[in-house]
Amino acid sequence: MTPLLSAPGEKMAAVQDAPMELDSEKETKPEILSDGTSNLSGNTASGTLSSPPLTAGGAPKQEDQQTLIAVLQFLRRNKLTESVDILRREACLEDQEDSQTLDGSGGGKGDGDGGDANSLLSRVSIASAAAPQSTLTPIPVKNDQPDVSVVLSAYSQQGDPSLYQVYYTGLKNFIESVLDCHRAELSQLFYPLFVHMYLELVYNNHETKAKAFFEKFSGDQECYYQDDLQILCGLTKKEHLKGNEALLDFRTSRFVLRISRDSYQLLKRHLQERHNNQIWNIIQEHLYIDIFDGMPRSKSQIDSMSGSFAGETRREVNKAKVFYGLLKEPEIEVPLDDEDDEAENEEGKPKKKKTKKDSMGSKSKKQDPNAPQQNRIPLPELKDSDKLDKIMYMKESTKRIRLGPENLPSICFYSFLNAYQGLTAVDFTDDSSLLAGGFADSTVRVWSATPKKLRKVKSAAELNLIDKESDDVLERIMDEKTASESKNLYGHSGPVYGVSFSPDRNYLLSSSEDGTVRLWSLQTFTCLVGYKGHNYPVWDTHFSPFGYYFVSGGHDRVARLWATDHYQPLRIFAGHLADVTCTRFHPNSNYVVTGSTDRTIRLWDVLNGNCVRFFTGHKGPIHSLAFSPNGKFLASGSTDGRVLLWDIGHGLMIGELKGHTDTIYALKFSRDGEILASGSMDNTVRLWDSMKAFDDMETDDFTAATGHIPLPDNSQELLLGMYHSKSTPVTHLHFTRRNLLLAAGAYNSQ
Amino acid sequence: MEERRFAEVPRESIKLMAESSGVELSEEVAALLAEDVCYRLREATQNSSQFMRHAKRRKLSVEDLNRALRWSNTETICGYGAQDALPFRPLKEGELFFVEDREINLVELALATNIPKGCAETMVRVHVSYLDGKGNLEPQGTVPTAVQSLSEDLLKYYQQITRAILGEDPHLMKVALLDLQSNSKIAALLPYFVYVISGVKSVSHDLDQLNRLLHMVKSLVQNPYLYLGSYVRSLVSSVMYCILEPLAASINPLNDHWTLRDYAALLLSHIFWTHGDLVSGLYHQILLSLQKVLSDPVRPLCSHYGAVVGLHALGWKAVERVLYPHLPAYWANLQAVLDDYSVSNAQVKADGHKVYGAILVAVERLLKMKALSLTLAAEGSGAGLPGTTTGAVGFRENSPGLSPPSEPLSEPPLGIASHLQAGGAGCPWEEWTPVSLPAMYCELYSFFGDSLAVRFSTGPPLGGATPPGPCQPLEGRKEPASSAPNLENTRKMPQLTASMNISPRQDGSPRMEPQPPSLAATVPGRSLARSSSSSSVSRSRSSSSHPGRSTSQSRDIFPKARFPLPQAGPPAFSFIIGGRQMGRRCQGRRFQTSFTPTPPLTTHPPRAYAHKLPVIGRVSKPVRRWTCSHYSLHLPL
Repeated sequence: MTPLLSAPGEKMAAVQDAPMELDSEKETKPEILSDGTSNLSGNTASGTLSSPPLTAGGAPKQEDQQTLIAVLQFLRRNKLTESVDILRREACLEDQEDSQTLDGSGGGKGDGDGGDANSLLSRVSIASAAAPQSTLTPIPVKNDQPDVSVVLSAYSQQGDPSLYQVYYTGLKNFIESVLDCHRAELSQLFYPLFVHMYLELVYNNHETKAKAFFEKFSGDQECYYQDDLQILCGLTKKEHLKGNEALLDFRTSRFVLRISRDSYQLLKRHLQERHNNQIWNIIQEHLYIDIFDGMPRSKSQIDSMSGSFAGETRREVNKAKVFYGLLKEPEIEVPLDDEDDEAENEEGKPKKKKTKKDSMGSKSKKQDPNAPQQNRIPLPELKDSDKLDKIMYMKESTKRIRLGPENLPSICFYSFLNAYQGLTAVDFTDDSSLLAGGFADSTVRVWSATPKKLRKVKSAAELNLIDKESDDVLERIMDEKTASESKNLYGHSGPVYGVSFSPDRNYLLSSSEDGTVRLWSLQTFTCLVGYKGHNYPVWDTHFSPFGYYFVSGGHDRVARLWATDHYQPLRIFAGHLADVTCTRFHPNSNYVVTGSTDRTIRLWDVLNGNCVRFFTGHKGPIHSLAFSPNGKFLASGSTDGRVLLWDIGHGLMIGELKGHTDTIYALKFSRDGEILASGSMDNTVRLWDSMKAFDDMETDDFTAATGHIPLPDNSQELLLGMYHSKSTPVTHLHFTRRNLLLAAGAYNSQ
Repeated sequence: MEERRFAEVPRESIKLMAESSGVELSEEVAALLAEDVCYRLREATQNSSQFMRHAKRRKLSVEDLNRALRWSNTETICGYGAQDALPFRPLKEGELFFVEDREINLVELALATNIPKGCAETMVRVHVSYLDGKGNLEPQGTVPTAVQSLSEDLLKYYQQITRAILGEDPHLMKVALLDLQSNSKIAALLPYFVYVISGVKSVSHDLDQLNRLLHMVKSLVQNPYLYLGSYVRSLVSSVMYCILEPLAASINPLNDHWTLRDYAALLLSHIFWTHGDLVSGLYHQILLSLQKVLSDPVRPLCSHYGAVVGLHALGWKAVERVLYPHLPAYWANLQAVLDDYSVSNAQVKADGHKVYGAILVAVERLLKMKALSLTLAAEGSGAGLPGTTTGAVGFRENSPGLSPPSEPLSEPPLGIASHLQAGGAGCPWEEWTPVSLPAMYCELYSFFGDSLAVRFSTGPPLGGATPPGPCQPLEGRKEPASSAPNLENTRKMPQLTASMNISPRQDGSPRMEPQPPSLAATVPGRSLARSSSSSSVSRSRSSSSHPGRSTSQSRDIFPKARFPLPQAGPPAFSFIIGGRQMGRRCQGRRFQTSFTPTPPLTTHPPRAYAHKLPVIGRVSKPVRRWTCSHYSLHLPL
């Protein structure tokens, strides 16, 4: 172990020789050793003293360096504009950064700034520089009387964990004493500090101290962290920590807080005055404080955005341009009488079959400025059958009912009866002709929602006998003997958690607990491919609106993009800190959105695999997602019973719909986007006025810059209707092409 | 979250476990192990909750836990997947707890005969839940929303009432029904009562219960404080069930399910006329379902009977529109039944006679009302109407009496008694006259022959004052015009009225419609409750039809009474019927009427004739002789 530790130590301690801390190192080393490399990054949280070198020298150093450099640049940029006070702060920060990223920034400023800043700086560098107490401690010691204990504790912090309570109490008292406007903002610090301190105690084997700490302060945390606290409280041993990936992630990733500049300065001043090294270290190492200029946010504003496992969103994360517009409609002439001539009018270019809205005329002619390039990602060419379907779609859409607050949709409920084995997933085809259910007994069942029965294609031998030239060959290949209302698909070896039809209705995807995604043919009703890649349960899968691609997400905390003809994924979207529970394609197929148990939503660019949007605000795992038909907005529902609305272009939360009392498993926009329907475990379907919700919010680049906008609490106004089912949780919602709302769920006899 | 709350495994348990597998553990090791076990258990539970959430359940299952264990590379635990809870028992001596695990005899299990059947096929059913976002605010069946709002008292009331009505004590039932009919605070309970009533389907073997439920319907319908809303539909479907379904109770011929059907039909008409406006299209739905039953030859005769009485109860227009056009087709089937004299067919045949009788009654009134309506149309609602209408009483009681064919000979006067619905004039559908009265009569006559004639033609001529003049021509001009009322007064098929001791005043009859008065009254046991419960509307009507009632009271003197009575109305006679050979539908059946223009004669022949009718509507051999008789008349049309 010693070499491992000393490797970073050499880099850092090239300046500060560290032989004298040998005893303290003795304490830390064995732990680190036992953790192995996987915990190197995890170590960052443990010893505020020893971890920074580890981060710098360990496996993930590159990434950390990059972020540190980015922070550095950001601060430098700020330095140009800010006052002296700030400058001072910048300096100290910078120095710290420099010392942390010694190799990256190459030295940075000298340690010798005078006065107040100097002392702080020195302490900071002590803390961050792997206990170089021998050289630097004298300075703070002689400066401040009360600091002795602080420094000592910093030096041997594992030995003095009781001070954690003192630190935390001190900060708590301070935050409670500040002005109201700052209090709410600074209160955000409680939770991450609490968790990090607790984990540190646990990590350093101070079990009883950790328990005492937890008991003393867990009651102060926001109620929406309840679930996490429950996990935490069971965790009292370092060995346990090892197996808990979620918490390891918590330690390695930086918890993001968004604090106004004023509040931040207040905090900083306080910490400087009190020389509260310990807290400051944690803040520096484990938190990312996104400082913004402007009014401090109110408690409700903060609450609406927080709750995720990793804190809030950094503003710059959501700065990337997202092409949320829809692709151009293919130019298909709708033949009024004859269906044949439209084939010739087709251009050779790949055409996009779009599930889009009303007018097929002027709107689709013009390219949406926010739309991605037509060929930004390669899309399958339109087949003749797709064109026919497109025509059907256009015809249907002319008969579509215009919905609105005065004109609510009718609701048809598809009840699954006798589903003792457990219905776990449902999907409808876009034209509402087929219905698929995934069950906990590993089966997938497909029903025909029309009087037309499901038929298999004849066997190869029989197909040979068919006259291929005949006009009705498509009819002839079907085996009339197999006609039935439903078909069962057997193949999975675990509950089927997600099903999705291909847009051309020829295929069905199912994802299961057995770690595979299967592609089924709806012509032969057999399994075509089993996609293996997720080695853990696959919670959800979704076909691209153009077919060919699909996305899946599972317990392995990544989402994968697949093409049906590749047995390996094309993209792996990694970033969530916990299971990916829900995956959806953007209507233009260029983006994929994923919801996770870490209570965040991420939007990924299919082209390059980057995460382009990161939304926080949910207080529970996200179980449903829906894009508005115009691609501009996103709705998400979670176990907390709330639906959140997001503006994709600006990366902002623009609405919160409260009302459901249980997990929301289904969300769907009407075909024109005027109504949002949400279905929940609480046996209700609720309709929301999404048009009003979107129109009321004025989002422009300015509001986007602040990263947050005041949210009106108007759930009641937006709620257009609430409809009870008969003890049937709503598992899926679907708007037919004429805007009839179909709901599905399994009747629950208890 | 203030304190840790979770189960802990004590180190003693760990030590015990270790001992059981032959390992001795030190105190510290046990403590450490205990703690680790706790943590692992919690971890597994937390992980398993994810499987529960994705399976869209609220209840954590053993399966979920096993999956979590499997994914954390732990052996799964088998044997706990059973639905019922496993008892966890302590052993008396020693601190030992264990799950009771009975041994299963596999041989026995394998050879057991009661192999569980596979559970029902998983299927999908679709229904429109909410139309235009509105729709069934009151869901069918149970009402979850009402449950919360139900107060303790209401719940008690509901229990008491249902217990009283469905219980054994008739007095209690009466009280309960009365209260149900007048209580103004039971709106919240309406769905529950409707739900109870919808239980008719489960008690179809028990006539008594069915009757009670129907009375419950009646009380609810008559309660002026209740707004039935769309529950009307549910009530109607329950009532229709009683009318139309081949109830289990009908299997036993001793059960008088006919009466039940009659009563239900009456109730149906009552609901329809008082609350029909609440549900649009109800009338046509009812008509449609009645028609469906009638046109379904597979249905048992009792269902057909129900359909006929149902139509009858809905008014003569319904009969005209549904039953009448349907008659030719139906007749053949009925005829086949009636023609079968085999012993095995006896019961069916008896049922057939019931249907026959019901049809007869229905068409009879159809003719009468049609005639009346024409009269009114012709006379332009002259002043004489009231009189006539009062005269046009009570042809209705008969249907119940139809049942025993052996009884037809009882005294005719009884029949008269029926009370007259004054409102004949108000018939709303007068304008619809697809078949002219004479044509209709003609056709009907072809089916019923003399039994129809008897019931129709006797009256007028003998209505003493009636100037014989118009009737004289033997050609028997059928004059639909004038004297429908008289007709009604007079002829009553004796056998039809036999069993009737009606309280004619109280009918549950519909507001607008004159006729279906007394079906309800025919339910003998219920007449009490009924009479007490009739609505104010019908009460007023009955008072308006007072003269009719007086008639009824003078039943026994009917022969006398009928002479003086009709004079009030226009004396003109309506039908003179010439029998003629009707070959087209019923081959070989011939009919002739037997009345003569002379009053004295007319009075008696029908009765005499009636005596000769052994079988209603079926005139067999003896008739043949009459074909050529001098009395035969022909009906010039």
